[in-house]
Amino acid sequence: MKYLLVEDNLELANAICSRMGLDGHQVDHAAKISDAVDFARMGEYDLILLDIMLPDGDGRSFLEQHRAGKNDTPVIVLTARSQVSDRISMLDLGADDYVTKPFDHAELQARCRAVLRRRTGTAQPTTRVGDVEFDPVGGHLNVKGSTINLRNRELRLLELLMNARGQVFSKQKLVDRLFSYDDDVSENAIEVYVGRLRKHLEGSSVQIRTLRGLGYRLDHDG
Amino acid sequence: MRYITVLILALLPMFAHSQDWEDRQVFGDQDARHSLRILSSTDTSFFAPIIESFIAQRPDVSVEYLVTGTAELDVRFRQNPDLYDVVISSAMDLQLKLTNDGFAQRLDSLVHPDWAQWRSSLFAFTTEPAAIVINTAAFDGLTIPATRQDLIEVLRRNADLFYGKVGTYDVRLSGLGYLFATQDARASETFWRLMEVIGSLDAQLYCCSGEMIDDLVEGRILVAYNVLGSYALARADTKDALTIILPSDFPTTMMRSALVSNATSDPIMSEAFVDHLIRLQSEGSAKDFPLPSLDAFQDTNGRSSISLEPALMTYLDRLKQQVFIREWESAIIQSP
Amino acid sequence: MTDEVVVFGSLRNRLAMILTGGAALLAILLFVVVRGYAAQIAQEGQDNILSASVSSILDSAVLRDGAVQLDFPYASLSMLSTPADDRVFYAIYEDSTLLSGYDGLETPPLVPNGERMFTSAQYDNATVRVATASRTLIGADRPRRVSVSVAQTQDALAETLNRISRNVAGFGVGFFALATALAFWGTSTTIGQLSRLTTSVTRRGPQDLSPFLKPVPSEMVPLVGSLNTLMARLEQSLKQSEEFIAEAAHRVRTPLATVRSYAEATLQRVQKQENRDALRSMMRAIDESSRAAGQLLDHAMVTFRAENLEREDIDLDGLLRELVQRMSPVAEMRDVALHLESAGPAIIHGDAVLLQNAFRNLIDNALKYAPIETTITIRIQTTPRISVDVIDQGRGFVPDEMDKLAGRFVRGGDTGDHIGSGLGLTIAQDVAHAHDGTMILSNRSEGGACVTLLF
Repeated sequence: MKYLLVEDNLELANAICSRMGLDGHQVDHAAKISDAVDFARMGEYDLILLDIMLPDGDGRSFLEQHRAGKNDTPVIVLTARSQVSDRISMLDLGADDYVTKPFDHAELQARCRAVLRRRTGTAQPTTRVGDVEFDPVGGHLNVKGSTINLRNRELRLLELLMNARGQVFSKQKLVDRLFSYDDDVSENAIEVYVGRLRKHLEGSSVQIRTLRGLGYRLDHDG
Repeated sequence: MRYITVLILALLPMFAHSQDWEDRQVFGDQDARHSLRILSSTDTSFFAPIIESFIAQRPDVSVEYLVTGTAELDVRFRQNPDLYDVVISSAMDLQLKLTNDGFAQRLDSLVHPDWAQWRSSLFAFTTEPAAIVINTAAFDGLTIPATRQDLIEVLRRNADLFYGKVGTYDVRLSGLGYLFATQDARASETFWRLMEVIGSLDAQLYCCSGEMIDDLVEGRILVAYNVLGSYALARADTKDALTIILPSDFPTTMMRSALVSNATSDPIMSEAFVDHLIRLQSEGSAKDFPLPSLDAFQDTNGRSSISLEPALMTYLDRLKQQVFIREWESAIIQSP
Repeated sequence: MTDEVVVFGSLRNRLAMILTGGAALLAILLFVVVRGYAAQIAQEGQDNILSASVSSILDSAVLRDGAVQLDFPYASLSMLSTPADDRVFYAIYEDSTLLSGYDGLETPPLVPNGERMFTSAQYDNATVRVATASRTLIGADRPRRVSVSVAQTQDALAETLNRISRNVAGFGVGFFALATALAFWGTSTTIGQLSRLTTSVTRRGPQDLSPFLKPVPSEMVPLVGSLNTLMARLEQSLKQSEEFIAEAAHRVRTPLATVRSYAEATLQRVQKQENRDALRSMMRAIDESSRAAGQLLDHAMVTFRAENLEREDIDLDGLLRELVQRMSPVAEMRDVALHLESAGPAIIHGDAVLLQNAFRNLIDNALKYAPIETTITIRIQTTPRISVDVIDQGRGFVPDEMDKLAGRFVRGGDTGDHIGSGLGLTIAQDVAHAHDGTMILSNRSEGGACVTLLF
């Protein structure tokens, strides 16, 4: 996915960009509205992450311009304001969703996914690995003709493994990626999810291999 | 007024043979609880039915009816207002002056026409015009005078016939006579000419209507001027003998009036009597009320009675009276 | 927060009293003046007649044979007749000798020739008005001064004055009644203007601070102007506060977001348990402060807004549907399902902002305590009353604590290391009360907690 991040705080922007990058998304960063306008005009973005309070103006005016220009790229607003009235006004202006700072990255990810799902409908870009078709936004897995709806963590786990094919992920790493720091889960929970995925992938050319002592890796034959 | 007073007192001895009163009569039980003393100038015969009907409803009342001449009446009442309860007189001027001078009691509850009462204290209850009364037989062949002027003519033309045979009031003695004379004089010059004519015929002067009528009937006089027509009418024996003429030139009609003394000892009963009197006047029959009512001479021929007003006191003024009597004397009393 | 306004007097009453009092005074004044004037005129009338009477008597005075004669006409006294039959007294003096008339009549000693003098006196227990004039007759021997006084009681005068008094009093009362009616009508219409302004201002919604634009009478312009200025200042002040809060929030939260992001990123890379725990603590702290700030703001907003609800007809079904959709990503994240059970529209007359806030907090709470792969059910019922249940499949409430949980900053004993500020239930309860409803906490027999908002 190609995202545009409009945020004036450089440190936060870096943090978001690197995190998104880790998930396999490409993120362009604009620090001012004027830059954002240029970027938006030139590039084709799947999603725009927009901060409200920017040095050269209110993010809302960008939103208005954006919508006025018949541009229907989905926008998720990053805001420090948490009042219901503020949220409502933003949604009225054309934002698809919003996230209040400080935010949980997993929540941001989930919202991005939800927004994309709503927007692009059925025509989703899919990843094809072997004889398996995977739609990360829609959350479907197409194995041998049958479509399987994946649950959240299963989906994220598969996405993670698919994006980094051939890379080994330790259980701990997977726990970190799939669960909130607050969740009290043991590494055994990962085994459950991996088991489920294996079941879904049964009979396909894709498999998840256990590397004893190291972790898991997604392999595909052929 | 003093003139007449002095005159009367001087002449009193002349009438010494007569009683204190012309008439005195008591109606009802003398020992009754309430007793009214009525001082009046009207003959008892006229008032008897009124009084009798009054005490018929009131067994505890007796009425003492005292009659005297109008002038005398005024003097006596002024001297002792506490001795009398009701004062009735035909001398309107004297009655009004009594009321003006504060001798009458105010009777606000009595209902009576405005023009027939003064200050709700003096109540008029008859209308009686002054008339020319003639001996019918004597005028056989002569024109019966309709006006005062006619009378003058007839007297002048038949001076021999009427010499010493014409009578009228002595205004110095009679209050009513004075009233009639002054009202006539006020109305027209004809009065003085008539007086002169009568005076030239050796006028016979009387104090009262009654005597004048008596002499008329007898034929001692043939014409009486300014006589109370009602008196003449009242007498049964005069019907054929006398003719009563109401002069058509101008009327002189007096109203008999009654008042209750301010110093009366029985104000309630006195008021009741006056109330009874005026009620009889308006509602009673001729038998109950023998005198002419207020309506009797009021409407036809535009006759109206002498007004009950303060102006009546004009001729009672000492100075004016002096002048008038002097003039009257010079007209009536002519040395032959 | 509407304090009792201290009442001191009443404009309407004051105005009405002043007008009525004024009218009464005027009516009395009218009465006194007119009566006084009438008395004067009436007295002049009597004086004129007395004067004529005196003249006619005096004019008839002549010297004849050395003596004064007054042959006055009938008319002299005739003109003194009145409807009340007033008594008449007169006295004719030659120098100081009474020629004729009433003795003892109080007459002024010296009246210059040609002049009339009018006096009031007492005669025979009656008040009389006396007119006096005199003339000098020049005779052969000596001049004689003739003085004539004519007096009349004042019964007719008194009667006329009484009649006039009665009529004027009648007019006065009528005028007063009319004036009072006018006073009340005038007062009402004038005060009515104030009432209209009040109604307009009252009918405004709690958020409406726009200037009052309807035309008002010129006297009320300063008041309305001040009101508008006040509202503008309020609005300005509010806006400034809002802007300040926004700015503050941004400045505080953005760095926090930075810290959190880095901490989260670092957590992915760090192995050592010690360090992991430290990073976890950092993130927990940030999340706690953020949540606390959010809830405190929510609570403050609810408290303020509960006093001035912006009521409209709201369909809870639609509101909750939207809310569920909005919160689904987060729920999904935790593998918890949000399920809305609704039989159809559930309309209540309430404040959308407050209601959203309450339900968001409740669902948030439920999400926090719901175990993985469970369902949170939101059930809307319309009979017997409209109610919304938020049900989770977690541990449920600790029975002993249930009645205290809605207290501010009260947290359950079993919340462990879950982040929270203890305001979630407080907010929901405040919103319920603001809508004349209640909040009920219960544990389900099949396990799990249930929070019910009854409207």
